[in-house]
Amino acid sequence: MGEKEKRASNRKMPKHVAVILDGNRRWAEKRGLGTSEGHEAGARRLLENAKDCFAMGTNTISLFAFSTENWERPEDEVKCLMALFEKQFRAEMPFFQRDKIKILVIGNRAKIPESLRGLIEEVEEATKSYEGKNLIIAIDYSGRFDILQACKSLATKVKDGLIQVEDINEEAMEKELLTKCSEFPNPDLLIRTSGEQRISNFFLWQSAYTELYFPTVLWPDFGEAEYLEALTWYQQRQRRFGRRV
Amino acid sequence: MAELPGQIRRMGGGISQLLEQIYGFSRRCLFRVISMGPTPCHIAFIMDGNRRYAKKRGLEDGSGHKAGFSALMSMLQYCYELGIKYVTIYAFSIDNFRRKPEEVESVMDLMLEKIKSLLEKESIVHQYGIRVYFIGNLALLNDQVRAAAEKVMKATAKNSRVVLLICIAYNSTDEIVQAVKKSCINKSDNIEASGNYKHEDRGSDIEGTDMENQEKKIQLVDIEENMQMSVAPNPDILIRSSGETRLSNFLLWQTGNTQLCSPAALWPEIGLRHLLWAILNFQRNHSYLEKRKKQL
Repeated sequence: MGEKEKRASNRKMPKHVAVILDGNRRWAEKRGLGTSEGHEAGARRLLENAKDCFAMGTNTISLFAFSTENWERPEDEVKCLMALFEKQFRAEMPFFQRDKIKILVIGNRAKIPESLRGLIEEVEEATKSYEGKNLIIAIDYSGRFDILQACKSLATKVKDGLIQVEDINEEAMEKELLTKCSEFPNPDLLIRTSGEQRISNFFLWQSAYTELYFPTVLWPDFGEAEYLEALTWYQQRQRRFGRRV
Repeated sequence: MAELPGQIRRMGGGISQLLEQIYGFSRRCLFRVISMGPTPCHIAFIMDGNRRYAKKRGLEDGSGHKAGFSALMSMLQYCYELGIKYVTIYAFSIDNFRRKPEEVESVMDLMLEKIKSLLEKESIVHQYGIRVYFIGNLALLNDQVRAAAEKVMKATAKNSRVVLLICIAYNSTDEIVQAVKKSCINKSDNIEASGNYKHEDRGSDIEGTDMENQEKKIQLVDIEENMQMSVAPNPDILIRSSGETRLSNFLLWQTGNTQLCSPAALWPEIGLRHLLWAILNFQRNHSYLEKRKKQL
């Protein structure tokens, strides 16, 4: 049995893996390449890792592709990223359809270019009937924005008399958060590459009990071997959720 | 000859006092050097590993928490000596109520004893002029613990030098839900109030509509204001002992940009070197982050 299959047969596989893809720019700088080449290498690595991850039995993968704070980066870099997203969505449609991967893009779509917005809608529509493999891509997303929109949604329901304020509880919040699209909205494992040990406003509510893994390798260098190390580390964790083991 | 053991003991006591003074002096010098760099304003601690510590040493369960309390007092002393204004500790999570009743009761008894001791003259509260907040769903605590906590908050309300936030019967998701509920209630109260104004002042209907729409929308600041932890800025560093790297439903809203540290030491084993390591890392990342901000 190959390594991948061995992993897949092990029951303690994370159902939802979240990834903060950090380190593309530093990777490019180290090699004397431009930032856009760094992001392209990152995108290629992303698809390879997604394939491995799904092959090993993970149901949902979430990617922090573009945070609300990233709008403050140089205009050229932002344009390049938006163009890269468009290129990748177009190029990988056949792969998503062949492997039956449901694509969900979460975030505030108001500021992204219209062409990208239209393409996202197309991809989501084309893959909406697939089950068992979800790829959530966070574009112009922040954990606080997610909680705020959930709060606004609940406030509207209260105003319209659909629910009472007393009905607002953790379950009600989870039904409004943008991760409601997945059967496993809360990540079991969150990987942030490049050695930065912070969540940078990715999933806040959803990471309440998530195991956080911070390898020092830069994202474009995070391959199958590194992912297996992460899985080994995850499987050794004792998850108590506040109780005694 | 009979006086010799007494003399030796007095000399031994004198030497150990001297050593303590030398250690204290060196520590303060070291802190002066470290404070030349950027110092965190707020450090949060998840005090994990008390029970494993007791098991490791073959002690009974309760002793782990007692040893943990001593470690906490040392950490607070170091933090306040370093000039860190806010310290938050995760004392008891709402999830912890699901532990065995005997353990919950023993932890509550220990907490009651320690909360009461905060009001004593020799306590750390008076030594450093600490304002204490108890953050959490205090209604879930028994009457005695809740009363003691409220007494301490009232007694220290005028202190302003440094702040200690004790999260007890706390869950971040619970804190967020309470803040969301308050925001919804406040907004519907505002809407009712602004509705009255609109009827009376027909001259500025358009403006009134705009204002009404703005007031209707819940903003980020509304949720933030209603968070119990809004009395402190977001933590710069979060240290979780015992090597676990997860937040366990602690300060989820507040730690979006917080540096997370997870030393392998169990909480009662935590020492000055772990704190210094976290702060040195903070200083290193701080200059890197400032550099990146300038590049933008």
